[in-house]
Amino acid sequence: MDLEPALEAFFAEADELLTRMEESLLQLESEPDNNELINDIFRAAHTIKGTAGVFGFDDVVHFTHEVESVLDRVRDGQMRVTNDVIGLLLRNKDHIGVLVRAVAEKRDLDAAQRAEGEVQTAALLALLGKQTDKPAASAVIAAPVDVTRSVPAADDGCENGNWHLSIRFGNDVLRGGMDPLSFLRYMRTLGDIVHLDTLATALPSWLEFDPESCYLGFEIDFRSDATKSEIEGVFEFVREECVLHIIPPYSQVSEYISVLRALPEDDLKLGEMLVLSGALTRSELERGLSLQSEAAANDAEEPATPQQIGEILIEGGAVSAGVVDAALAKQKQVKDTKAQEARSLRIDADKLDQLIELVGELVVASAGVQNVAQMLAQGHLTEASEVLTRLVEEVRDQALSLRMVQIGATFQRFQRVVRDVSRELGKDIELQISGGETDLDKTVVERIGDPLMHLIRNSMDHGIETTDVRLSAGKPARAKVMLNAYHEAGGVVIDVADDGGGLNRAKILRKAIERGLVAEDAQLGEREIDRLIFAPGFSTADQVSNLSGRGVGMDVVRRDIEALRGTVDIDTEPGKGTRIRIRLPLTLAIIDGFRVGIDKASFVLPVDMIVECVELAGSIRDGARTRGYLDMRGEVLPLLWLREAFDMDSSAPERRENVVVVQFGQTKAGIVVDQLMGEHQTVIRPLGKLFSALRGVSGSTILGSGEIALILDVAGLMKMAGSAGATAAGITEMQGQTSRAMTALG
Amino acid sequence: MSRNALALSVPAEESESDQQQQYLTFRLSDESYALGLLSVKEIIEYGGVTQVPMMPGFVRGVINLRGRVVPVIDLANRLRSESAAVTRRTCIVIVEVTNDGEAQDMGIIVDAVSQVVDIPPQSVEPGPSFGAKVRADFIAGMGKLDEGFVIMLDIDRVLAGEDMSAVNDMKAAS
Repeated sequence: MDLEPALEAFFAEADELLTRMEESLLQLESEPDNNELINDIFRAAHTIKGTAGVFGFDDVVHFTHEVESVLDRVRDGQMRVTNDVIGLLLRNKDHIGVLVRAVAEKRDLDAAQRAEGEVQTAALLALLGKQTDKPAASAVIAAPVDVTRSVPAADDGCENGNWHLSIRFGNDVLRGGMDPLSFLRYMRTLGDIVHLDTLATALPSWLEFDPESCYLGFEIDFRSDATKSEIEGVFEFVREECVLHIIPPYSQVSEYISVLRALPEDDLKLGEMLVLSGALTRSELERGLSLQSEAAANDAEEPATPQQIGEILIEGGAVSAGVVDAALAKQKQVKDTKAQEARSLRIDADKLDQLIELVGELVVASAGVQNVAQMLAQGHLTEASEVLTRLVEEVRDQALSLRMVQIGATFQRFQRVVRDVSRELGKDIELQISGGETDLDKTVVERIGDPLMHLIRNSMDHGIETTDVRLSAGKPARAKVMLNAYHEAGGVVIDVADDGGGLNRAKILRKAIERGLVAEDAQLGEREIDRLIFAPGFSTADQVSNLSGRGVGMDVVRRDIEALRGTVDIDTEPGKGTRIRIRLPLTLAIIDGFRVGIDKASFVLPVDMIVECVELAGSIRDGARTRGYLDMRGEVLPLLWLREAFDMDSSAPERRENVVVVQFGQTKAGIVVDQLMGEHQTVIRPLGKLFSALRGVSGSTILGSGEIALILDVAGLMKMAGSAGATAAGITEMQGQTSRAMTALG
Repeated sequence: MSRNALALSVPAEESESDQQQQYLTFRLSDESYALGLLSVKEIIEYGGVTQVPMMPGFVRGVINLRGRVVPVIDLANRLRSESAAVTRRTCIVIVEVTNDGEAQDMGIIVDAVSQVVDIPPQSVEPGPSFGAKVRADFIAGMGKLDEGFVIMLDIDRVLAGEDMSAVNDMKAAS
């Protein structure tokens, strides 16, 4: 059998579970009493262990088992959730990840990883060790009493607060080297045996008596706080050969029911629910299930409905009817809510890309059909092609939305980073996240992680002061790093802000001069100094720390973001903090485009950047030509002639041109084009590597006719025009002052 | 569709090693050039090129190749800094080039496609170290054919060389 697909699924699932485990652990730190979280973590570890066991990944199983044991104690309230415990569990989680990856890549751990594993295992065992020697074993129980009692049926629990155990040892127990008495002794480590009846009814007549066989059974009243599975565990070695019924005390039954009701809304099998609640042990369930399948096999010819697992379990005395009813009710409730919830499906990203590629071709093909239909002007054909076009557009929208993912998951990852780094630095820092639901193209989300990581680390290392400095500056000791995302003007903005000391401009300038990045006598504006931190090879840290300070971080950040056609801006206030603002385009996303034409070429502008369109003709046109700006109802609107900016050889039309007024951030400008051609939904196609350095164009799109139109990058155009104008006017380049520079352009 | 359309005319039983010796020859003004057949994906008629502004002269623009946007390079301009006039026989050869380990499709404009030929390794001479009109590092070798020499191009260098993006950066920054 080919296990590969199953393995893939396991690795993917393990990844997801580990991520969830980490999130829950971090959250647990702030709410240590949240049982839901502990359960979540436990389940994650347990699932990984279980699945790894199926595939026989023993390393993963063994290590995860220790982690699980600790978690189990935490869950039972036997162990307090301290920061140390969480720290250890977080490292455990990492190590499980390492183990799983090692298996995935079919390689062995290196020495460092192995050592780390051993250290962690030792730490886990130490945690467990302290807890295990608590219940002290007392003296051996007195001899059995010769009273017989019938086996009570599994009712709704024993009347008193005791467990009732009914056990019949199998004939071969003694031959197997097991002494029934030793089990009873061991049971006493879990609690007190209140009453014990020995059953000798199974004894055959003396003639048939075999001294090597065991014929004994016991009815035991047992007082203990142990769970059902712990009690069952006592008899683990003879479980196969004996008949064991464990009837919970009445109080326990109601507890099972309440646990069942409180179970999370997962779609679980009935048996699994009962096991989770503790009413049923895993081995009891397995026995029940095998009975069920045997019964089904026997009844193969009869079309009768197979017996439900619940009935089998009740008949077998494993659980009481009341508990099963509660579980069934819960199961139904879960199914009902599940039916309403959106379900998700895991899809290979490559397949998705292929789909989108095909849909792109489909859109173009259907536009072609529509063109032909219009040419032929046949009623039926036109109608049919219109229906087709509409459907294709819907398909395209749906396909594209598949690629959009929320940025929240990426943001959440940084909780851990902030936690770890703040410990390392000895600073008290919390991460505040907002706008996690902002949708962004998957590729962008994937590639923004590293730059964000650098920025956050930098904020923590350089931006945020030490606690003493903060307190003396009258700030709260706990510093904040904020991550925020939102949509703006056809793009996405991600802010990384901190409430630290802000940039030290004097120091930045000094360092920049030291490193030869600026001339010694250079006169720089504040913003220019701020931007120096993005220069290659710049670092203000006096010492290279573990985290940042090698002077590669910010430079790489800027390049990474620019590679995504984004921009990065910095805004800082000494003593108050720094905010780094990343603007990203929604690449590959679908945009509402506005098509404009110059001569025969057409270009597309994102509609959400357009404020209005005005005609440029007559004397106003001549005036605008000489001045380079337009009087827009008393406002100065700098103009950019696209034909000239793009060096196109054609000449401007005789009579009139059109101005598209665009807004980018706070800046407004007019782009002068020949014709306005109206709104279209536009699929952005990247232009490819060759054009990666091209400014003013952010991508391309395929028009209905099969022609390609370029999509204009308004921000890039303004920047370009700004620097070109500035050079023409003979002054040094002034970034961020686009409007002024553009005025000089005409 | 017609992916590797020309390769279809090659007998199917020929192994890959034979194919590695096969070259597509084409003409640019008066000179013959050869291109490894394995990197050729298809040959299409010239047309529908959308100009991209502010790019160096050898970047003619982009075309729509069944829904994909593929850059088109004016090979004459790239090799010899002269621009080819478009005629009825002008073609775009779609080639796959590897740039930093990434495969990318690009179109090159040629005056006319000639044929597919076998050039065994023993018929390949090293390129002239100077004197050729084409930059020496673009030449993989000179193939000896019955009708004379053809210049065998190192297409990865021609289309993905470092100077390609460097030119591009300078141009964009100016």
